[in-house]
Order: sequence, then structure tokens, then C-alpha cells
Amino acid sequence: MAELSVNLAGIKSPNPFWLASAPPTNSAEQVMRAFDLGWGGVVWKTIGDPIVNVSSRLGSIDADGIRMVGLNNIELITDRPLNENLREIREVKKRFPDRAVVVSIMAESKDDWRELIRRSEDTGCDGLELNFGCPHGMCERGMGSAVGQEPKVIREITAWAREFASTPVIVKLTPNISDIVEPGRAATEGGAHALSLINTIKSLTGVDLDNFVPFPVVGGQSTPGGFCGPAVKPIALHMVSALAKDSKINIPISAIGGISTWRDAAEFMALGATNVQICTAVMHYGYRIIEQLTDGLSNYLDEHNMASAQELIGRAVPAVVDWGDLNLNYKVVADINQEKCIGCQLCIPACHDGAHQCIYPPGVEAKPGHTAPHAAEAAEKLADDPTYRVPWVDETDCVGCNLCAHVCPVPDCITMKQVETKKPRESWNERIAKGTTFIPGGLHDSPAS
Amino acid sequence: MTIPFTLPKQRWELKFSEAYPLYTDAEAIAEANRCLYCYDAPCTKTCPAGIDVAVFIRKIAERNRHGAAKTVLASNILGYSCGCVCPDVVLCAGSCVLKDFKKPVIQIARLHRYATEKFLSDGKHFFTPATATGKKVALVGAGPASLACAYELKLLGHEPVIFEKKTLPGGLNTTGIAPYKMTAEDALREVEAIRRIGIEIRTGVDISSQIKTLLKDYDAVFIGVGIGDDTELNVPGIDGDGVIGSIEWIEQLRLSDKPALPKNTKRALVVGGGNTALDAARELAQLGVPEVTMVYRRTAQLMPGFRHELNDARIEGVHLLEHAVITEIVREKGKLKGARVRASDEDIFLQADIIIIAIGQAKWRDLLMKFPDVELNEANEIIVDEETGRTGNQRIYAGGDATPGMKLVVQAVADGKRAAQAMHRELLQTGKGGA
Repeated sequence: MAELSVNLAGIKSPNPFWLASAPPTNSAEQVMRAFDLGWGGVVWKTIGDPIVNVSSRLGSIDADGIRMVGLNNIELITDRPLNENLREIREVKKRFPDRAVVVSIMAESKDDWRELIRRSEDTGCDGLELNFGCPHGMCERGMGSAVGQEPKVIREITAWAREFASTPVIVKLTPNISDIVEPGRAATEGGAHALSLINTIKSLTGVDLDNFVPFPVVGGQSTPGGFCGPAVKPIALHMVSALAKDSKINIPISAIGGISTWRDAAEFMALGATNVQICTAVMHYGYRIIEQLTDGLSNYLDEHNMASAQELIGRAVPAVVDWGDLNLNYKVVADINQEKCIGCQLCIPACHDGAHQCIYPPGVEAKPGHTAPHAAEAAEKLADDPTYRVPWVDETDCVGCNLCAHVCPVPDCITMKQVETKKPRESWNERIAKGTTFIPGGLHDSPAS
Repeated sequence: MTIPFTLPKQRWELKFSEAYPLYTDAEAIAEANRCLYCYDAPCTKTCPAGIDVAVFIRKIAERNRHGAAKTVLASNILGYSCGCVCPDVVLCAGSCVLKDFKKPVIQIARLHRYATEKFLSDGKHFFTPATATGKKVALVGAGPASLACAYELKLLGHEPVIFEKKTLPGGLNTTGIAPYKMTAEDALREVEAIRRIGIEIRTGVDISSQIKTLLKDYDAVFIGVGIGDDTELNVPGIDGDGVIGSIEWIEQLRLSDKPALPKNTKRALVVGGGNTALDAARELAQLGVPEVTMVYRRTAQLMPGFRHELNDARIEGVHLLEHAVITEIVREKGKLKGARVRASDEDIFLQADIIIIAIGQAKWRDLLMKFPDVELNEANEIIVDEETGRTGNQRIYAGGDATPGMKLVVQAVADGKRAAQAMHRELLQTGKGGA
């Protein structure tokens, strides 16, 4: 059994799975139920001066009947009195001393930050998370993403927090910026012990086309909210890896953004996260998913001979490179498994209309001189059975884009196989270095007509 | 939409519950979302009426029910009844690629019905007839073949007039469908919706003595008379109460308020192995008859009835007696007692309170022979050209159950369309002659 415990800038937890600051961490009653089921830590729903919320608060997008692949919210920070939250945090930490209890905080003035940090730390919490990310409601008041979008302000407030705090300070970043590295560096320069990201992405989830109001509807109006859930994972993965790769950022990362399963978590850890925070999946399925998260990660680590979760952190980071460092002479082509194919032919319009025109239905003749291993066989099978529908690939024309493999509904039916190009490895950057970047047919090559 | 035809209020068909109720919006969208939207989709290729199945299902998934109806009705104006009665598992859904993916195939017929239900309730047409050509076509019989043919002719600008011997139009859709699939009322609502585009239907008119007049007054004639009465079983004791032909049985069940079953019916026999026999057996079982036995001369494997229908019948408690032939109907003082049956070389006696004979239907041989130059095959079906549906007479076309081919509503629709297009091409376009 692999060791699952992790240590994020001095904050220890028995496993890397924390509940993110959100509705699932709103009260002691909830958090204690989550801890009873095995969650490693929580970031308490942001405390500060209580606010007033609206109704409704959530918008969701479905994908062909799969519910809630993305969720949008316009709920603000806690609406409960500060002392009530603080009393409950103290109680929870006392009852679960081995779990990580981090308090998310948000304030306006320097004095307010000082006071909020002092009172938060009085609870015995393990650390603080500065909410610089909330993209709605709070930013209009100069808080949340209004801070996270200004590197100078991030640096300054982080420095205040470091000055006042005795526990580790985690800075939570907003993705609503052009380059995540800038705010990441600013927080690092301000003295942050760790970074957490991503907060939600500013969004509207849809429009009620009968009444012409976007979702979520609040009395005939709406407002942009924060988008999260499985749909945001690719954006979060990129941002986490960008910070993990940056040479000036050397503090640990707590990853957030569309993590639903242990696989998602393992991917974030492989791209440099020390632990992960989860919200939408719990809002969808409940705290009970923690058993599958820990079990899945533990089995994965065992199967890959890793003694601890620690060994996974950052293992995929070196493989993330600039486009200019990719090997231009590596080639794959599509390979359709003739036995697994069910004949839906979705790959055909995808390839012909959306890609590079190399997949054909049985019966079409291959171009002379082209490599098309299944063309003749497909024609024979069609002659025997007019309902035969398995397509074939012209490997000479295939550029290896993968689109067909992505549209194919059958697992492992279309795979990409490597073909020998008999050329040595060469990247664009290497071509630049050698001065061999010229490709005929360009703007400066063809005379104006 | 109200129908201008009267039906008794207490019809026996209303005792049945629907086998496949109309989908709700959420159910239809969920089912439609399972569809892969295949390219060059096999379901479309296997639909006799050529409905673009993948496209109409996609439109349901996209919550464009109106567009889905338009796609279905563009190819099949009887889309609603086909959605209720089409054996999709042997046609479109039978070719669904999900089968090879070890997943349940798409419930295409149910989606079909969902898509077109609005057409039945509001009768709104999607397509407008072309400019009137002044050409007239007489259609004999008001069943699916004639209705589809008349609709297509109307769209092409011609003037179709349907003649129906019975008092109600719709053919077997009205009189012969198992009630758990579709009611007579729905069948008539569909007829009415189709009629509204401007088709004249004359019911209660027997044209058997006016064929010459028809050929004189109309530019072309379409024969869509369907099947005839039940074939009689020639055994001693057949005449008398308690023995009924399947066509008469179902028509009574659907359109009459008289009891279809004798009181306290405990045992019923159905003779035959076709889909009509299976329907009758399932109807008896669903009406609560405790013992329903099908008496069939061959084995289940050789039954012309659909395998899925036999499975459903068996689930409902129907027994199948194979290699069995009735040799005598036994009566006591005229009252039905049962039948002597030769089953697998053994003579047995089966008690019965009702016996339904479903060994096939006679064709309208005498009527059809009156049409000049119309030829029949040995099964008394009208011989037609496969491309056009034209009979031996240049001005007479035919389709539906009166011609060779699958005895299905969707096939009748395909036949009717084919004939209308051929008539249009060959007879009815201006400058191409005619009568």
C-alpha cells in the first residue's frame, strides 16, 4: 500500500484530497461528515464580512445528456456570522487533529486582513488561503479577482499576510488573466508558502431562449458567474503545469479545477501539484466519492511501483515543452481495428470535412502508389456483404492528427501507430539554430500576381 | 384535432393499455442522445420509406421536435402510425450499429411516434401542393397505400379522389391494428390530418360495378384495396357460434361496443402462425383469458410471424402448440366445446370457449379481375412493375397488401409514393397525354 499522505508547505494531510473552499465546506456539520468519510483536508468556505446571496445561483451545461459537465455559480463568500464560522472551525480542528483545516479568507483593508488572520489562526487552523479569485460579486468591491488580476496588489496583500500570519499562507489564483505566470510570480515574491489554482472562470452558461435571460436566472436577470467542473480541467492542467515549470516559482501547488476522479488528481500531481482540491464532483455526487479517490490513487501508485504519492509529483512536467522543441520528424497514422469497428463511419465526415481526407468507406479504390493496408480487403468484404461498413485509412495521406480516434465511439478501435520516417529527430528550434527554416511557397517566396 | 367520423364510446380496444406509451420530452431527448448519428446511416438505408432516420433523431436530441416531424413526414406522411406499428427491430433498428457495440439499439419507432405526434394533434402541414395540373386520379381503398399515394399526388399538383367501401377510412390502420399498439381513434386522426391537405375521401362507396366509369373519368387509377376476408378453415363443426375469423375479431374489438368475448372465457385457441395470429393471441391474453393456445401446423422457427412478437406473446402467457392441425370443431347442442387436434402424430382434444381462425386472408380476386389488363399471380396478388408499381394496364397502378411484398404499413407507404411518382412521370405531367 503506497503512502498517500502529503505535506503542502508544512500543512500535513493523510491523503492529498481536500475539499475546496465552496458550498461543501460551508459548516462544521458538513465538514465533519466529510472527515468521517476520509477526506484529507478542507479549505473552509471563505470567511469575511457576511454577505447576502441571490436565488437562483447555479447554471450548468450538459453534453449530449451527460449532466453537469460544467457548472457556473454566482454564490458569494460565506453568508454566516464570522464568530459562528470561527467557533465551528475550532471545533472541527479539535475533533480531527490529523486532518488539514485551512481557512479561506477575504478582506479589504490592511487592518481588516490583520484582524481576520489573527482571529482565523486563533481557531488552531493549519493554514490560510487568500481568496484572490472569486470572479463575481466580490470583485466589484475591490476583492477576489479584482486583486488576482493585479500582480502588484497580489504581491502587496500576500506580503501583509506573511507579516501577520504564523501559519502557512496559500494564495489562490484566478484564471481570468492572460498569463498565469505573472500572478504566480507576484505571489511568490510576496512570500506565499504555496499557490492554489484555478479559481472559477468568468462565464455565462446559457440563455433561456423563451424569455431571453441568461442562466442562472435571478428574477428575470442574470450575471456572469464562475465556471468550474470537468469542462475546466484542461485549462487548470495547463496553468498548474505552467507554474510548475517556471524557474522563478519554487513553492508547492495545490491544484483545483474539474477534478472528479483519482485519475484527474493523478494527472494534476504528475503535472506538479502536491495535492488537489475538489468541489464540483462533491456537489454532484456527495462526499462519498472519497473512497474511490483514495482507493484509485493507492492502487495506481502500487501498480506503478511508487511507494508514496510524493513520488508522483511533477513526473510529467519535463515532457511539457515549447512547440518549437517538438520532433518534426515523428509521425503516426490512424489504424482502424477491423474487428472492433461497428461501422458507424463517424470517422469519415470527421476526416473529410474536418481533417485531411484520408479515411474512405469500403469499395473506394486506393490511390495508386499509396499505402492503404485495408483498402483491398474492405472491397472484397463489401463484395461478399453489401452491408459491410468498416472504413480504411490511406496512410500516405494521413497526417496523424488523431481526430478520427477522438470521434470513434468504440474504445481502442482507432489507435495511432508510429510509422518510420527514416529521418533523425529535428525540432523547429533546431532548424532555427541551423538556419534551415525556409519552406517554399510563402509570402516572400512567391511573386505577387 | 377532432375527427369527422363517429366511433362507439365503449369500444373494447379501450380496455388495452399501450405497450409503448408516447415518450415524454425528457425520455425522447435521452433516447435520442444515445444515437451515434452514424454517417451514411444504415437505419436510413433500411427504411422502406427512406426516412432520414439519423437526422430526425438528431433533431429530437437538439429539441427541434417540429423539424424532426418535418424530416419524418417528408418521406412518410403516415409517420405517426408507422411509429406505433412499425417492426423497427427487423427494419431500421435491426441495422443499428449499437447492436455490434453490445448496447441496446435505438428505439427508433418510439422516437418516430414522438416526432410526429404534433402532426396528429394540430394537423398542420409542412409542405404545400404544387400548382394544380387538373389531372385526376381515382384511388380504390382508403388504406395506407392509397393515402400515401394520394398525398404524394396532391403535392405534385394533381387531384386525388379516394373511394372506400367501408364507412371508415384508414384500412387496416383503423380496423386491424392490435389496440395496444395504436387505437382506431389515432388512426382516424391521422387520416384526417392527411386529408386536410386537400384529398377527397368518399366512404361507403363500392366501385366494383363502376370500373369502366372510373377509367373514363380519371387520368389514372391506383388500386390499394389491401387484403380480403379471412380464409376459411374446412373442418367439420366450423359453422356456429364461438368460431371467428381474425380480421372480423380485430375489427369488432376496435370498432364495436358489443362484447368481443363470451362471458367467462377461460380457454381460447388461435389457429395460425402469422402476425395476425400472434396479434389475436396477445389480445386474448391481454384481455385476461387465462389459457390462450396457438395451434400452428409447423414449428416456431418456420412461423411467418415475427420472432419478437412471439417472444412478447409468450411473456404474456400464450402457449404455442407446434405441428398441430385442427381436425374437428366439437360442439354440444351447437355450443362450442373445443377442438380435436392432431398434434405431433397424436390426437388430442382441446377445450375452448372461443376459436380465432388466422390462417391467412383471401384476396379480392373477383374485384381485381374486373380491372382490364390487371394480372394476378398464383397468390392472387396484383403483378406490378418493381420500379413504378404499374400493372399490366398503362393507366392502372397498385400497391400495399394487394401486391407482393412485406405486409407492413411502411411498405404500403413506399408503394403508394412509388406509384404516385411514376404516374406523375409517365401520365400526368402536362403534355404527356393521359386519358
